[in-house]
Amino acid sequence: MPRPALAVELSQASVTFGRGANSVPALAATTLRIPDGEFVALVGPSGCGKSTILRLVSGLVQPSAGVVIVGGREVAAKALRIGMAFQNPTMLPWLTIEKNVMLPLKIVQPFRAAYRQKKRSEFRDKAHALLAQVGLKGFASRYPWQLSGGMLQRANLCRALIHEPRMLLLDEPFGALDQFTREELWSILQDLWLSYRPTVLLVTHDLREAAFLASRICVMSARPGRIIDDAPVAFQRPRNIAMTFEPDFVALNQRLRELIVDARGAAQAEVSA
Amino acid sequence: MMADLKLTQKLWSGGLIVLFFAGWEAFCLISGMSDLILPRPSQVIETLIARFPVLWPHILQTLSTTMVGFALGVALGVFLGAMIGVSRVAYDTVYPLLIGFSSIPKVAVVPIFVLWFGSGTVPAVLTSLAICFFPIVVNIATGLATTEPELEDVLKALGASKMDILWNVGLPRTMPFFFASLKVAITYAFVGTVLAETVASNRGIGNVMMSASSNFDVPLVFAGLFILAALGVALYVAFSLIEARVTGWATRKNDLVAA
Repeated sequence: MPRPALAVELSQASVTFGRGANSVPALAATTLRIPDGEFVALVGPSGCGKSTILRLVSGLVQPSAGVVIVGGREVAAKALRIGMAFQNPTMLPWLTIEKNVMLPLKIVQPFRAAYRQKKRSEFRDKAHALLAQVGLKGFASRYPWQLSGGMLQRANLCRALIHEPRMLLLDEPFGALDQFTREELWSILQDLWLSYRPTVLLVTHDLREAAFLASRICVMSARPGRIIDDAPVAFQRPRNIAMTFEPDFVALNQRLRELIVDARGAAQAEVSA
Repeated sequence: MMADLKLTQKLWSGGLIVLFFAGWEAFCLISGMSDLILPRPSQVIETLIARFPVLWPHILQTLSTTMVGFALGVALGVFLGAMIGVSRVAYDTVYPLLIGFSSIPKVAVVPIFVLWFGSGTVPAVLTSLAICFFPIVVNIATGLATTEPELEDVLKALGASKMDILWNVGLPRTMPFFFASLKVAITYAFVGTVLAETVASNRGIGNVMMSASSNFDVPLVFAGLFILAALGVALYVAFSLIEARVTGWATRKNDLVAA
């Protein structure tokens, strides 16, 4: 079966929370098409609806109007296997890292059916291989509280990828980490993306992060958000941290920054008017 | 160094407990208190040893009644707690009913049980069940309500059902709450059993104490109290030990790292 060319298709999709006089528009009518295997970053002022787009794609929120199609079908049908990771790594404290990483296999078919037979062999090896890839070799049987924040976030990435999702949704996954750990994890995430090639939708506040990782960046306006800029990022892969100090990269950052400052300014002018 | 400190602490608390009983003994001797009012601990223990063959079947009766009532109470408590924790409708309907029911003094319920099932073991089991399940319900429901929303989102995006989330995340997370409530519930369960035995049974420690007090056999009444206290402490300790094994992750850190 050939893969659908578009992984995600939002057509005039909008989201409003609440009803009547108390309703809050979270996302203005948005149209966004993401081809399969692309790495898209969403940036914008806080509260602009970036996370809402993520929740739309994951099926956790239904659009108030418009259509959301993921993997060729409306989201409710769950046509695509989805992996998610948030800023808070939410590892279960009573399970070892290995068992935490294997959690999706316990839930998602076709792994679920074979979980009992393969949890000590094939699935365990799979978890160990992923953990080794993010530099957590030898930490599989540790408990979450024995690991640092950066290590937990690596394990979190493994958990998001263990069930071979076609779609990876990341909501500020590195937001709580220090600069150096964050940069290290960018490279790890890039490597993971290059080896598995899922479609990635990354929500972030960090413009350098967006420019380093994404193959395309969408800038959103202030609430209710809509996409005001959508441009590809042409830098060659694999990218490295040294690249982030080159003039082209800095220029891209500056352009993004100005767009967001303008969006915030426009929103504030509206409030005071 | 640490071990020394712990040992000293234990010796101190052990010494203080002994001191408590010694003080009681001394108080009775010095004040010339009649053993019809407050028997000396030594008298109680003497009675306990002398009457043990007679008391033994009653001890077994009370213990088994309590354990059955407690087991049923745990089953009911976990079931209701899980329902309340998972479903909004159950929360809105079951919770008010439960709070109403738990506000009723259980002494008032025993006659109804006797009316339905006759006197004996059944009303004692039911009373102990009725009195011990509530803290379990509340703790399980609370534990389920503290599941992180982000983790629930991760699992829902994977297509996990409510049962999946309950089984893999909700219930394990409630374990520390569950054991905390078990320790409370087991002592309540004894209260329920003894209550019903006192009112409507011809067996069990509750009944022994009842008939002893009508015979002014006060040392035997106190022997009954000592037995109940000892059973309560023994079961409390048993659950604490199981708790430490099952939910070590919640009390964790330094002990485990060193291990």
